[in-house]
Amino acid sequence: MTLLNRDHRRRGTEAEADWPPVSLRAASGAEPVRQAHGLWRKVGYQLRRDALGGAAAGWLVLLVLAAAVGPAFLGDMAREPALQLRFLPPLSTEHGWEYVLGSDALGRGYLARLVVAARTTLLIALVAVLVALAVGSIIGTVSGFLRGRLDTVVMRVADVMLAFPSLLLALIVLYTLGTGLVPLILVLALARIAMYSRVARAETLAVRERVYIRASRAFGSGSARIVLTQIIPVIANPLVALATLEFAMVMLAESALSFLGLGVHEPDITWGGLIAEGRNYLESAWWVALFPGLALTLTAVATNVLAELVRKAAESE
Amino acid sequence: MARFILTRSRQGALSLIGLVLLVFVLARLTGSPALLYLPEDASPERVAAFNRENGFDQPLYLQLLDYVGGILRLDFGDSLLYGDSALGVVLGRFPATLQLAFFTMLIVVTLAVVAGASSAARRGSVRDTATRVTSMTALSVPDFWVALMGIAFFAVYLDLLPTSGIGGWEFWVLPLLTLTLRPTGILTQVVRTAMIEALDSDYVRVARSKGVGPHAVVYKHALRNAAIPVLTMAGILAAQVVNGALVVETVFGWPGIGNLMVTAIRGRDFAVIQAVVLVTGAAIVVMNLLIDVAYSRLNPQIRLSA
Repeated sequence: MTLLNRDHRRRGTEAEADWPPVSLRAASGAEPVRQAHGLWRKVGYQLRRDALGGAAAGWLVLLVLAAAVGPAFLGDMAREPALQLRFLPPLSTEHGWEYVLGSDALGRGYLARLVVAARTTLLIALVAVLVALAVGSIIGTVSGFLRGRLDTVVMRVADVMLAFPSLLLALIVLYTLGTGLVPLILVLALARIAMYSRVARAETLAVRERVYIRASRAFGSGSARIVLTQIIPVIANPLVALATLEFAMVMLAESALSFLGLGVHEPDITWGGLIAEGRNYLESAWWVALFPGLALTLTAVATNVLAELVRKAAESE
Repeated sequence: MARFILTRSRQGALSLIGLVLLVFVLARLTGSPALLYLPEDASPERVAAFNRENGFDQPLYLQLLDYVGGILRLDFGDSLLYGDSALGVVLGRFPATLQLAFFTMLIVVTLAVVAGASSAARRGSVRDTATRVTSMTALSVPDFWVALMGIAFFAVYLDLLPTSGIGGWEFWVLPLLTLTLRPTGILTQVVRTAMIEALDSDYVRVARSKGVGPHAVVYKHALRNAAIPVLTMAGILAAQVVNGALVVETVFGWPGIGNLMVTAIRGRDFAVIQAVVLVTGAAIVVMNLLIDVAYSRLNPQIRLSA
């Protein structure tokens, strides 16, 4: 968080450079404004120069491809028990390449299980991050733009939510709502909304007094138009950087909840749930807990490496 | 100073009140304890008697008033599970978690400062790259998985360490290993960033040109100025360690408040849930206050204003 709050606003610009005209800008003392487009171009540029970033992106592309098409081919194998094949150790190829990562307690190929779980794991984290990003940004921007009593109330609520241990909140809510895909995503998103609204509010406060906003208001733009088309695009960079940084955190939070038995139900599986299964076989079948954890770690490292690139791109001009 | 502490305490108390309200309502949403504590075929009269005995027949706002009134007299209600005062139960379990958190943070801060500072001092070196990759990995690893792998390797395969419980030093190794990983990764990166900034500054260049040795420049001049963001992050991490010990305590059967919390939620032990949240919340508020005071000690230019 502290890393993100550096003042990247002061720096130069490309898109908005010709408006307002230089003379007017100098006279008003307005800061130049940066826009979000171009961020992905910069990330792409960084990727080509950074070997670690390239490897991270490669792993993620591979993973997303596997998660997208894999279940179509391996779905049956991940579901159907084959009891005569239970607990095959990894690298047992006599039953076919599908058992290269061994099999689980019901003889299901573990590679297939991992691929099917990858899809659920990634989808849950992605949806939770997007929901939190959207809701948090809108709350923060509106609250920072309108100020007043609404702003005070929103920020006090955000304080309480940030002080509240998020795992605890998740435990209580999941015991109340019951477990499942939708409550899980809700809980993961809920705990993160306050953070986005804090950042969005701080950025909005810095932008709302700029000349182009005042000019727009003088021309008769309504609040909704200003917020949606003139503030959110300008403050998007730090929010996107925060969201990429949060992806791994949300994924890890999901796996912790699944580990505690509060995740999705069979036949849906996630990596965290697979680790929880493996807990029972630590003495006999170590690979059941090892592989999903490795996949989780690799993916988290890869997204964190990419998040750093995005943050750098968001801060540079 | 006194005024600063007063204002901050008031703000802290305010968020604690919000916390109490939230937990009070949330805990009651989990369902009626009567279904859990009485046999399934209990007669309606028995359920009513149980609810009356524990005050659950009152409307919610009366229960809340009663509860807040109790807190003012330091009476947090009685635990349904343990039959004891909730505050007593929580305070009995708190030391185990605090000890774990204390040693965790001791290791985390030491490792992070040494690794981060030496990494920043030789930017671009092999050691720097190794530190960056290691810290990135450490902060991305799921802690409960490390716990399981540690048990599988050190306790089951090598038979060197106990799998769970509390006792001599050998019981501390795996929980500490598990808990320190992620905070160490995060803090090392913060130390490194802050140190790079400090080492690039004018006063460091002046100190170097005066002939101050490289060690003294890094550890005396730069480190002290890099301390503020490091302290901020260490505070956030310490709070997370206290809260997040939940998973690790469950895996290792550590008798701390994380373990207590899971038991209390499963058992709908409202008084204990509320007491845990209040006590940890209060501890975090006090710690944040101490950190703010420490800022002004570290850097007299920082004025304490609320």
